[in-house]
Amino acid sequence: MTELKGFARADGRKGIRNLVAVAYLVECAHHVASEIMLEFRRQSGPEVHLVGFPGCYPNAYADKLMGQLLTHPNVGAVLLVSLGCESFNKRALEQRVAESGRPVHTLTIQQDGGTRASIAAGVDWARQARELLATQARVPMAWSELVVATVCGGSDGSSGITANPAVGRAFDQLVSRGARCIFEETGELVGCEQHMQLRAARPALGEQIVAAVEKAERYYRVLGHGSFAPGNADGGLSTQEEKSLGAYAKSGASAITGLLKPGDQPPSGGLYLLDVVPDGEVRFGFPNISHTAEIVELMSCGAHLTLFTTGRGSVVGSALGPVIKVCANPQTYARLSEDMDVNAGRILQGEATLDEVGQEIFERLVAVANGMPSQSEALGHREFLLGYKSFEPLGPGCLPV
Amino acid sequence: MKALLLLSPQDYCLIACRDLAQGSTVEFAGQHFTLTQTVPTGYKVARCAIAAGEKVLRYGASIGSAVQPIAAGEMIHTHNLQSDYLPTYLRESGAGSKSFVSQENAND
Repeated sequence: MTELKGFARADGRKGIRNLVAVAYLVECAHHVASEIMLEFRRQSGPEVHLVGFPGCYPNAYADKLMGQLLTHPNVGAVLLVSLGCESFNKRALEQRVAESGRPVHTLTIQQDGGTRASIAAGVDWARQARELLATQARVPMAWSELVVATVCGGSDGSSGITANPAVGRAFDQLVSRGARCIFEETGELVGCEQHMQLRAARPALGEQIVAAVEKAERYYRVLGHGSFAPGNADGGLSTQEEKSLGAYAKSGASAITGLLKPGDQPPSGGLYLLDVVPDGEVRFGFPNISHTAEIVELMSCGAHLTLFTTGRGSVVGSALGPVIKVCANPQTYARLSEDMDVNAGRILQGEATLDEVGQEIFERLVAVANGMPSQSEALGHREFLLGYKSFEPLGPGCLPV
Repeated sequence: MKALLLLSPQDYCLIACRDLAQGSTVEFAGQHFTLTQTVPTGYKVARCAIAAGEKVLRYGASIGSAVQPIAAGEMIHTHNLQSDYLPTYLRESGAGSKSFVSQENAND
């Protein structure tokens, strides 16, 4: 039996990384927070990651996501960096993190002597936090404690044949072991709604899934743009529904247990769909301006790590949780092999089966969960993006009772 | 190494497993296709003649409708296939795409 080991948190969850998060609470505090993080870049020992929210206007979604992300199981300690006059309710956030049992400290640049003094104070605090985290050891972790996400970025005509169904095989294996697995982008599932309804564990959930995809199509139609980039067409995909059908293969063959919105935690093992398209009238622009915003939303649902499939060759990673790259296209793999963890293009060349690559993805996931850096992690990728959105609470039937 | 892949028995298209050159003849299950244009890896080739307006199946499901008649062996892409949901954005379309414009006109 494959074993997982993670870092125990006071709230009962376990993390697969043990890092200090430095969070700016408005763009005006970004530089100070960034300088604190850079002080520890490439040092051995617990990592320091930079996250934040750039807006000066208040937003309930941003409040919820920052709260979930800074109490994410991979986070061991939190340093908040405020300018001082922004709208973000830093005291409520600080209290939330403190109540989760994590060391937390807030710097306010306008009170703490400006840029240089704030950076120095932040570096001191982060150094002590790292020393504390360095004393913690991994303990056994059950499969039911693991949350795994999947996204695709830079899809092409090979994605739906190789990397996506191979991730689907890995998802099936994870779900059968009791893990919580999340797939997403209702806008990238336009055309798959009837099939997803058939896979829903409960009729009420099936109706909610169809409604979520219809909402996504309406939302994108108003914006005049589907979730389809010119690079998708360069790679042989012709339409939104063709891209969707390929993307959908990442979800595997398990029953769909529930529907989440950003920040909602999957309550038990199973397969969940994340609805990332805002509710109500179209506000604040595109649902997610790039895939990094989706990875951030998946982590706000507790995802420890993300399986990222790509045909054209995305190189991104993420702050807070590792990203494992599954490359769909053998030609892309040949050009970008250092950025890729798994070469699923071998399926197209007849050199490996879907089951073999699915097993390889599963084994890589276990190794990365237990501490081995993924390729994007080793290359220093720590992307992060959080913007404005608005959501209503989940409707009836979305979660298992 | 195979040239073409059939994903579902009902499909109207085959997928190129490698770059296939213009003018070359490729075989799938006893059918021979002489390619009128280069078909890159992952792109689609029509398995049978498809009429204008007909839904094109891949994975056994519709990926859109043919906008013109497509001959067996012809490449299927944005020039002869369109979405039944949302328009496909190409760089040449320019920002502020067609549906935005048509919606503004509709409000006039």
